[in-house]
Amino acid sequence: MYAAFVLLPMLQSVQYSFYDWDGVGPATPAGLENWKAIFTQPELLQSVVHAFVLVFFYTVLPVGLGLVAASFIRELKPGAFSTTARIVLFVPQVLPLVAAGIAWTWMYSSDGLVNQVLRAVGLDRYTRAWLGDFTFALPAVGVIGVWVMLGFCTVLLLAGIGKIDPALYEAARLDGAGRISEFVAVTLPGLRRELVVCTTFTIIAALASFDVVQIATQGGPGYQTMVPGVQIYRLTFLQQHISQASALSVFLAALVLLVIWPIQRLGRQQ
Amino acid sequence: MTTSGLAHRVTRTAILLALMLFAIVPLLSMFTTALAAPGSTPQGLSWPSDPHWHNFVDAWSAANLIALFRSSALIVLGVVPATVAMATAAGYALAQLNVPFGRAIYGLLLVGLTLPFEALITPLYYDLRSMGLLGTRLAIVLPLIGLLMPFGVFWMRAHFLGVEPALTEAAKVDGATTWQTFRRIHLPLATSAWSALSVLFFLASWNQYLLPLVLVDDPTKRTVAGGLGAFQGQYGTDTVLLCAGSLLIILPSLVIFLIFQRNFVKALMQGAVK
Repeated sequence: MYAAFVLLPMLQSVQYSFYDWDGVGPATPAGLENWKAIFTQPELLQSVVHAFVLVFFYTVLPVGLGLVAASFIRELKPGAFSTTARIVLFVPQVLPLVAAGIAWTWMYSSDGLVNQVLRAVGLDRYTRAWLGDFTFALPAVGVIGVWVMLGFCTVLLLAGIGKIDPALYEAARLDGAGRISEFVAVTLPGLRRELVVCTTFTIIAALASFDVVQIATQGGPGYQTMVPGVQIYRLTFLQQHISQASALSVFLAALVLLVIWPIQRLGRQQ
Repeated sequence: MTTSGLAHRVTRTAILLALMLFAIVPLLSMFTTALAAPGSTPQGLSWPSDPHWHNFVDAWSAANLIALFRSSALIVLGVVPATVAMATAAGYALAQLNVPFGRAIYGLLLVGLTLPFEALITPLYYDLRSMGLLGTRLAIVLPLIGLLMPFGVFWMRAHFLGVEPALTEAAKVDGATTWQTFRRIHLPLATSAWSALSVLFFLASWNQYLLPLVLVDDPTKRTVAGGLGAFQGQYGTDTVLLCAGSLLIILPSLVIFLIFQRNFVKALMQGAVK
């Protein structure tokens, strides 16, 4: 199964990428044309850049906020509040990403909650259709990523914190460590493996984002939120430019491996 | 209680509450909107003066939800048992038996773990077309089994690596065959691992969007998420009905999560950090 539906298609992608094919007619060899296009055609190159911008929103913010939330929840006595916090934060993660896209499209629309709040506090001049705004569309999509990923990071990091030997915290306390130095000296190193898992998972989600972007903006306005995932879909199914889509696919897969590899190595050194 | 301790507690609670609000408000906003008068554009978050509960009934029939849920259930039934069974067998083989080329196979699977679905979608489309499966639920089920396999094997292998080898030895001394050892001893011990995997794979299939979008034209043969996407395209302008429909469609995921939440979160953490 794995060979037929994963490995073989991957090899086919590599093969297609060296041809020129519209999916119907005969394929003609194209050498490195499709590969060159990734680096020379602005809308292709931009989509890759956008994917890395999304890493900030999908990975850096959720992991950072997740660390804060997890260490705060750890300090709470186990009880209703800490359980509720954990469950509520995790809810966005179990919903289909399509639902996240729809919920947030409504949040960002001209009558949506974001503008409603701005009006309520007298900042009317900042209201706008966020997803249609050339400057703000990409960050707005990014915030959806924070919303989806935050719970996953929090819950995973919380589990990791639970496994840290409490004696380490007491030792730090005895050494007169404050909350911050305790966090740096005990919590962070203790969470190394969980941090690697969180980072890996969220980076893949960022680089390979499709659902949220397709639902919320389809890559627009212009190419402002175009990401490789949506671009591959459009090239294949709307523009019948199979070979270009394949080159971008292989490039995306290689990119993910390239970024994930060093992080995994980091996790293994103990 | 020192003042700084109190200040810290207040900040801590405030920040946690803010994060929880951030997680829940988009859904609340959807909910209040779903209750507004059909066809109107209400404000982002406001309780309607006369809630239109009937919107949910309208959305139910507009989205053809019975067909959609039935289709998703079929897809889940096609994917989850097969994937979990194969992943369990493969994970066991790679962890406990000396399979020839075991390391190489495992390496190949690890690469698949990071492979984005989009990277495969183009050739998959043409492969399935030449198999004549395009437009059928099998076009979603078969690739999904393949795509979920790396994670499944990885997960089950991690579990089986943690099992005492002495257990297998003892069974062998008692004259059990490899199959008997697996079936009678290791499978029952792995219950928590494969049941957690089943929940994860349920959500992964239920929420899968790209494959159904591309491989199946008829929304009523798709997964719930795929159908939701089609519903958005159709009712994109009627915010109220769209919100009502979306809420109905995400309800099963929510219910499953809330039921299994305790085990789910526990298993997620155990498995993910191995």
